[in-house]
Amino acid sequence: MEYLPDFDLLRPKTVDEALALRRENPEARLLAGGTDLIVNVRRGIVDPKAVIDINGIADLRTITSPDGGGLRIGAAVTLAELLEDRRISEDYPALCEAAAEVAAASHREVATLGGNLCLDTRCLYYNQSEWWRSANSYCLKHRGDVCHVAPSGKQCFAAFSGDLAPAVLVLGGTVEIAGPNGGRTVPLGEIYEDDGAAHLRLAEDEILTAVHLPAAPPGRSGYAKARVRAAIDFPLAGAAIALRQEGGVLEDLRVALTGTNSCPILIAGTDRLVGETVGEEVAEKLATMLPKQIQPMSSTFTPPGYRRKVVANLVRALFRHLTEAP
Amino acid sequence: MAKSILRLTVNGSGREDAVPANMLLVDYLREVAGLTGTKIGCDGGECGACTVLVDGRSRLSCISLAHTCAGRQVETVEGCATDGRLSLVQKGFHEKLGSQCGYCTPGMIMAASGLLRRNPRPSEAEIRAALSGNICRCTGYVKIIEAVQAAAEGTT
Repeated sequence: MEYLPDFDLLRPKTVDEALALRRENPEARLLAGGTDLIVNVRRGIVDPKAVIDINGIADLRTITSPDGGGLRIGAAVTLAELLEDRRISEDYPALCEAAAEVAAASHREVATLGGNLCLDTRCLYYNQSEWWRSANSYCLKHRGDVCHVAPSGKQCFAAFSGDLAPAVLVLGGTVEIAGPNGGRTVPLGEIYEDDGAAHLRLAEDEILTAVHLPAAPPGRSGYAKARVRAAIDFPLAGAAIALRQEGGVLEDLRVALTGTNSCPILIAGTDRLVGETVGEEVAEKLATMLPKQIQPMSSTFTPPGYRRKVVANLVRALFRHLTEAP
Repeated sequence: MAKSILRLTVNGSGREDAVPANMLLVDYLREVAGLTGTKIGCDGGECGACTVLVDGRSRLSCISLAHTCAGRQVETVEGCATDGRLSLVQKGFHEKLGSQCGYCTPGMIMAASGLLRRNPRPSEAEIRAALSGNICRCTGYVKIIEAVQAAAEGTT
């Protein structure tokens, strides 16, 4: 039998109950779909004393349209549910396309929006079995002293690999976080840090409960992803773009990437391209903005130089696609 | 490890078992319920051999905790045939030679059954998408797709 290490399984019915359990069990881990957590527990890189199953919290499972416009999507809404919701496929195509690109159909039945946003960072030296890692004296992210990707430094370079975060970033999404002192709502980008060993700025007693998307902006959005095994893999790199053009002139442009750093990256300076005429020249200018803002490392089977080229190609191709006549 | 009572339905029959919190659904099915048709192929949800249906939707039982299926309807490959008659999907795999070594077959059959319930007439692309998380080590994919197509057409 392949038993997992011992832990208590707690199944709260409300956010308040979950927060109380979080306070009582500081080392507990939240379980939604389990497609990331359970695998990591099996590999021995996560050893929770308690697991809090949040699937029974009704408030986290709904998609609602608030009065002020936009959408509120509960953190435990599954990717399959996201894909079946017409409000999302019609108004927020980047989010829908990103959800469709996550793993395979059976994963998407249980994997959740919140889980994908809070996905653990990944690395060749980390997502391995216990015997593999022990033979390598472990690594900086878990039990070890050395980052095998950058042995001279003291930073972990495991890559953020969630597909949905760049889409939420370009769509201007905010996240609702419940905590002991009430809730707070912050732009998604604020919950991340570019540090592979501590990439989430969420306190141990906080829970990401929902994503708010502002009223659908006019214009188009999309997501493109490169991966080794097309059916199921995490991204080598992923790019989301939201843009608006009027008479061939760019009026708004936002670009965000995943798989290149330890957190998703909203590309700075794209506003400088607003007012330019859409075409190859702008696509090229956009591609030249990327290299200085990203830092792919040897944390995957594909070398960093290759991933830099892939990112630029993804962004160029997606930009062309979104600026062509639909 | 302390056990607690898990109540759920497996292949149409209600069950009550004392199950530890850390038990995976696949271990519960194989070791407690004795249903060894569901296979374990990898340890990370990468191969699809452990696919079962939970409330009619495909689920990877090797990365699901048994207790998270409390109150749910779980279906395994043992539940497909009724009164000794193969289901349409099973017949498709039999007639179109969709099974070689057979190890991936229970997962393939359950993923395909889940698809056909939601979408009784899937296109080839939809079949490929629904089975994209299921690996066949014998690489018999062409016959597997034909098997699901035959099941959808009811021609077997």
